[in-house]
Amino acid sequence: MDYKEIEDLIRAIAASGATEVEIEAKDIKLIVKNSRGTQNFVAEQQQVVAQVMPMSQPAIQQVVQSVPQRQEVQVATKAELATTSEDSSRYIKVKSPMVGTFYRRANPQKPAYVNVGDEIQVGKVIGIIEAMKLFNEIESEVSGKIVKILVEDATPVEFDQPIYLVDPS
Amino acid sequence: MFKKILIANRGEIALRIIRTCKEMGIHTVAVYSTADKESLHVKFADESVCIGPPQGKLSYLNIPSIMAAAEITNADAIHPGYGFLSENSKFSQICKDHEIKFIGPSPEMIDKMGDKANAKQTMKDSGVPTIPGSDGLLYDIAEGIKKANEIKYPVILKATAGGGGKGMRIVNNDAEFEPAWESAKMEAGASFGNDGLYLEKFIVNPRHIEIQVIGDQYGKVVHLSERDCSVQRRHQKLLEETPSPFMTDELRTRMGEAAVKGAKSINYEGVGTIEFLVDSDRNFYFMEMNTRIQVEHPITEEVVGHDLIRRQIKVAAGLPLDHDNLFPTMHAIECRINAEDAYNNFRPCPGKIITVHKPGGHGIRVDSHIYSGYVIPSHYDSMIGKLIAIGRTREEAIAKMSRALEEYIIEGVKTTIPFHQQLMKNEDFRSGNYTTKFMETFELK
Repeated sequence: MDYKEIEDLIRAIAASGATEVEIEAKDIKLIVKNSRGTQNFVAEQQQVVAQVMPMSQPAIQQVVQSVPQRQEVQVATKAELATTSEDSSRYIKVKSPMVGTFYRRANPQKPAYVNVGDEIQVGKVIGIIEAMKLFNEIESEVSGKIVKILVEDATPVEFDQPIYLVDPS
Repeated sequence: MFKKILIANRGEIALRIIRTCKEMGIHTVAVYSTADKESLHVKFADESVCIGPPQGKLSYLNIPSIMAAAEITNADAIHPGYGFLSENSKFSQICKDHEIKFIGPSPEMIDKMGDKANAKQTMKDSGVPTIPGSDGLLYDIAEGIKKANEIKYPVILKATAGGGGKGMRIVNNDAEFEPAWESAKMEAGASFGNDGLYLEKFIVNPRHIEIQVIGDQYGKVVHLSERDCSVQRRHQKLLEETPSPFMTDELRTRMGEAAVKGAKSINYEGVGTIEFLVDSDRNFYFMEMNTRIQVEHPITEEVVGHDLIRRQIKVAAGLPLDHDNLFPTMHAIECRINAEDAYNNFRPCPGKIITVHKPGGHGIRVDSHIYSGYVIPSHYDSMIGKLIAIGRTREEAIAKMSRALEEYIIEGVKTTIPFHQQLMKNEDFRSGNYTTKFMETFELK
């Protein structure tokens, strides 16, 4: 991986909205942590902290010089999801009640159960978690508006993992 | 060989398994309850999956959760450790159904040995000496009294689904029989959901000596000699050592043969332990078989020079056993370090460990998951580590253990270290003169 590729990768990760990404490839280990500023209500940029750790010497020598080992690199990017860098402590996290694979729709042909902006009530089916060939409908235990979807379709989830951010007001 | 093993356990044994997997180049998946988020086994594993809230039933005993975790991580084998689901034949079966290798015996082997009354019959049929007693469950009190008189008092009523000393009552004569029966039945029903009782001759002042066995998938079974676990409090082991100070070459040969015969009779696969009671005349009787890796496995590892978890994984992967019976070439002692107040009835003391300093040096091994700042959760057992001392002689091992116990600093919670320090100085212990009655007369100063 050259420096340009690493930079592109970091931008892509920041734009995706993921909070923390760790990538380990043959010659490099990349840890990207997305720390949202909570003071700024209308932030258009997110601070992204990237740790680049080269794992073997050869191809990375030039990179090592410009990105010293284990030094934090600040990369400011324009975030498309700027709205969610608002103070998120008033939102409720809807968490996964079980382990399995999370699906946003009943099957690929159907529309997603909920989208950002949708209003949900207690008892509304907001997704499916599949484990061992059994599909479990997940019902919401809160009412409010979906502010953010934290897990992609067909992604593994663990117990207590936040799936949605909901604005209860 | 397996590519990825999910460890369906926690604490020191989860760490133990992860360490050997790392050495073998096998990827590891840790599962954890929300109470164990900061646990060392979660940090050391390559991947981790949160499987539920703190309660065992909803996390480490939650089969669907564990299977789902294996599925989303693509684990091809599950190591159940000890306790929890390690001797759950249903879990072994479900792993089989999902084509994930359960690192342990088959559901049939577990069932044969898990039911105590069944196990005894199976061993008896293959010529292993068993404690005289009822053939299976007792139908009623009358049958019990008749049998008790046949085998001669004192006798003990035991729960067939039992363990940990529950559902057991000693009976010394006919008059005591009925109240003991009622009491044992009630306790067994409450503890295990099964109030079936069987009867055994009560061996006075026995020693608890167990034999480690391993069986591969091709019918070969070997033994790795004995462990003496007679130092017990309420049927919980506090200290184990090998070789047993009571052992002779002749007794080891007889017991080893019996253990191998018993395991072979059920085509046993995996590591297992056959527990025997040994009386003062060196007669030995089958007590039970544990179809899993045991807490005290490290002392065997240290005296025979083999990694038992590695053996276990290799056997599960279909590799044949490449050695015969193994015998101790050193002496090893293990002290179980529990977060318990030895001065207050060994009451559990969960809480935050402010500082830990673990001992080291020649002949010292520490298997523990604690670290400075670690909070011991209250939901699980109180064992926080195992301290093992190895010496060329028993005296050397005791000296090393004494020295190491002085170095072992754990601040923030009470531990049983003071108890072990006094145990090392105890005359009866030092002379090897102790039976399962030992803790009844041991006084903590």
